[in-house]
Amino acid sequence: MSAENPHRTRHDPHATPDAGHGERVGVYVCHCGHNIANTVAVEEVAEWAGEQPNVVVARDYKFMCSSLGQELIEQDIQQLGLNRVVVAACSPHMHEKTFRSACQRAGLNPYLFEMANIREMGSWATDDREAATQKAKAQVKGAVERAVRQQPLEPLYVDINPNTLVVGGGIAGLTAALELANAGYHVYLVERDSSIGGHMAKLDKTFPTLDCAACILTPKMVDVANHPNITLMTWSEVLSVHGYVGNFTVRVRKKARYIKEDLCTGCGTCVEKCPVRIIDQNFEVGLGYRKAVYRNFPQAVPKYPVIDTANCTFFQRGKCRACEIVCPTDAIDFNQKDEIVDLEVGNIILATGYEQFDARRVPQYGYGRLANVFTSMEFERMVNAAGPTAGRVVLRDGVTVPKRIAIIHCVGSRDKNYHEYCSRACCMAALKFAHLVHERVPEAEVFNFYIDIRASGKHYEEFYHRVLSEGTHFIRGRVAEVTDAARGPGEEGQLIIQVEDTLIGKQRRIPVDMVILMAGMESRKDARQVAALFGLGCDYDGWFTERHAKLDPVVTMTEGILVAGACQGPKAIPESVAQGSAAAARVAGMMGQRVMKREPVRACIDAASCSGCRICNTLCPYHAITFHEDRKVSEVIPALCQGCGACVAACPSAAISGAHFTRDQVLAQIEGILWDARQPEVLWLEPQ
Amino acid sequence: MAKPTFAMYWAASCGGCEISLLNVGELILDVDAAFDVVFWPCVADFKYQDVEGYPDGYIDLCLFNGAIRNSENEELAHLLRRKSKTLVAFGSCAYEGCAPGLANLTTNAATIRTVYTDSLTTDESRTQVPRPVTQVPEGEIHIPVLYETVRPLDQVVPVDYIIPGCPPEARQIAAVLRAVLTGMPLPAPGGTIIGAGNVALCEECPLAKNVKQITRFYRPYEIVPDPGICLLEQGLVCMGPATRSGCGALCPQVGMRCEGCYGPLDGQDQGARMLAAVASVVAAGGSHIDEHAQAQEIAAVMDTLVDPAGTFYRFSLAHSLLRRARVADNSA
Repeated sequence: MSAENPHRTRHDPHATPDAGHGERVGVYVCHCGHNIANTVAVEEVAEWAGEQPNVVVARDYKFMCSSLGQELIEQDIQQLGLNRVVVAACSPHMHEKTFRSACQRAGLNPYLFEMANIREMGSWATDDREAATQKAKAQVKGAVERAVRQQPLEPLYVDINPNTLVVGGGIAGLTAALELANAGYHVYLVERDSSIGGHMAKLDKTFPTLDCAACILTPKMVDVANHPNITLMTWSEVLSVHGYVGNFTVRVRKKARYIKEDLCTGCGTCVEKCPVRIIDQNFEVGLGYRKAVYRNFPQAVPKYPVIDTANCTFFQRGKCRACEIVCPTDAIDFNQKDEIVDLEVGNIILATGYEQFDARRVPQYGYGRLANVFTSMEFERMVNAAGPTAGRVVLRDGVTVPKRIAIIHCVGSRDKNYHEYCSRACCMAALKFAHLVHERVPEAEVFNFYIDIRASGKHYEEFYHRVLSEGTHFIRGRVAEVTDAARGPGEEGQLIIQVEDTLIGKQRRIPVDMVILMAGMESRKDARQVAALFGLGCDYDGWFTERHAKLDPVVTMTEGILVAGACQGPKAIPESVAQGSAAAARVAGMMGQRVMKREPVRACIDAASCSGCRICNTLCPYHAITFHEDRKVSEVIPALCQGCGACVAACPSAAISGAHFTRDQVLAQIEGILWDARQPEVLWLEPQ
Repeated sequence: MAKPTFAMYWAASCGGCEISLLNVGELILDVDAAFDVVFWPCVADFKYQDVEGYPDGYIDLCLFNGAIRNSENEELAHLLRRKSKTLVAFGSCAYEGCAPGLANLTTNAATIRTVYTDSLTTDESRTQVPRPVTQVPEGEIHIPVLYETVRPLDQVVPVDYIIPGCPPEARQIAAVLRAVLTGMPLPAPGGTIIGAGNVALCEECPLAKNVKQITRFYRPYEIVPDPGICLLEQGLVCMGPATRSGCGALCPQVGMRCEGCYGPLDGQDQGARMLAAVASVVAAGGSHIDEHAQAQEIAAVMDTLVDPAGTFYRFSLAHSLLRRARVADNSA
């Protein structure tokens, strides 16, 4: 076949003609105040750049991103007829948009602009002025070589689906859902547990104002359940996500509750009559019991219980049916099956929260071995009036009221053996516990063992002083050990805290009745799977990675996927709420535009060059590649493509090209960067 | 009018290209009838002096096979370039270095050691290493000097056309010869590929292709592949996806992986492209495991890929982005 047509030409839709046809490049080297100029000889770089082929003008300027700097570019485009612009400054992440806009204002296609990052990759990375200057030249040379091969591109516009998926029904997710629903957009709220409310629903009081958590949370939960713009899907999990910003298709599994929601009145008779009682490891963190048909807590939303088939007598042994018999509305349905639902949404907000650090991992503190060592969440449940002890502070035996209580800070946090980060909320929760102990057991003595007290929120420091004045003992030092091995008569039958009090410089042994471990926050065990499912990144600790830690904290590198709350990093309630609102505002802002401008950086397969080998078929993270069985060629769907370039790199016959990152552009950039590299020598063997 | 003139020459090559040319069958009689053979060491007794005596541009069509690896090869490359109107790099050695080019992975001294000394079948007591200059009673005699780096023809002299393949398929040679004999216009010269396709081999390979998820690699002797299914999917590193079509996918159809003898597609680096493709379809780990464990799983899969240089660059090394390995050899 090929013999008959041996000279078939290859068509590369993004191919650029050979450079050197009148490209007029302007190069601008930014001082960035002292950020760049202190390390890079910016004048020298600009002067040198001016001597390079195709470069018409090269300048250095104090702040290129200032309006004066941008005007400089605009003037040169208009007066000198520049048709390519290179700015050597910070990262494209920071200011690519700024300079693209400047080019556009002056009538130049913004994709004819190229940025050389000589700050993050140069001046900030070294103190060696000579080396940094040399590198800056190489980066500029590479940028110029790439710029002259760039092609004007037009942005793509796509419609935005106005629905939003919020994953996680904790306080961050609830806030986001309510904000969007109140703005008139439809929200699907998917929660894995049987009720919304998240960790906050387990708490008694919240610091520093000591509001009752339930009193401020449950109205929001009820609002969510009743809101006409919110479809609440509890006991449900996301199975798959396809599509792209503006048009995601999300598959959700609604797990069988075995309760007909349209008939159940939430009366609770089934729960009451269920003969099976098991320890509730989830909501009550092992401190209380629940039935086989259960609700997490009385104010659970939705009000319908679920049947735990692993412990239900009927599901295990085929008899019992007590709940079915007592249900006044015949709402029990043992034959219910999981349902698969497909949702169409434009944006997804992940608010999947955190998990508490497992205190068993710090064996020297004895949790799980010494009965009266509790975790902070256990203590939360204990002091909660709706909790297993109805709010009484007692030891594990359920009766004895402790006289001396130790609260150990930073368990699993600020510790290189576990997590180096600070979990942010535990100091204040520990102060709250100290206060609550004084309130519930006025005669008790409380010892807080801390490294530093981190009270950097509104009214937090004041709360700290209040707790100090209530007579709590503060001992500065990381506890070495909690032990029941008494060394003297005063220690028998008690838990001994072995600690170095760093303020007095002495080892101390403090006998107590009860120990509370302020276990830190960590990312959920399945955070990496969730990240892979939604196509976003995780950091080393498993927290979801935001686009910019300071300036774009709720948006991820994947367009249309946002994060809110503690899934992005340890957070207390106020920050989680703020992020929930912020994420909702970002989504609402985008949907207000109805259509969305998208980068034209897309991959494209030249059908004539595609051999149909199907290497690319599995690797697209956005499922943007389809294979046409009839024609034996693969095709990229531009609307799905995010322009990541994975297929461009993988295509063994180079049939896939990426707009704005074509092979000739990238290779030219590499050659530019290597402008001063030595040519390899050919070695000859001398005659012997 | 005199008949047009024809020459064929072999530099560093195995001779397979000449055999393949003769495989065109009876067409060779037409070639003989249409051309005057003026130089063809394999079949006719012309001397180098004869060629030197021809006027420049005397040879109308010169098929040059073999890579340039010694001073004689280079001298003849320059000579034939000067004497030929149309110079064709014929076959993989002349085009891209081929198997001789793999010598660029090491040093000349190491190659000579392996061939003349270290080989198991060599009697070390009788080792003789070729020397460029030897003193004999009659005076000095010279043999060509072996170069450190093997080069394809186009790295030495400009080449008009390239006919790829190891060897070029007789069917493709015949198509080109017919075109020349019937006076069909050839594409513009300048290192232009003729006698081959412009899409990867998979295009003409009839094996069924599915999505690829490779969990281990096999060398051809390790498995009997399932006939009818893409060999790459079965773990054989078939170079087809990164190799120019034109041979008719002869090897994959009989269960032998494509070794890549037709070379890369236009402007590509065959080994790099295939390596990137293979790296993209290794199914190891998964997002649920941590990066370290994932790296280990990937390494375990890649460990089953033996001889990557010989697999990915068997034919194209000397013509690739790499050209040769940097080797420090002080023992020479």
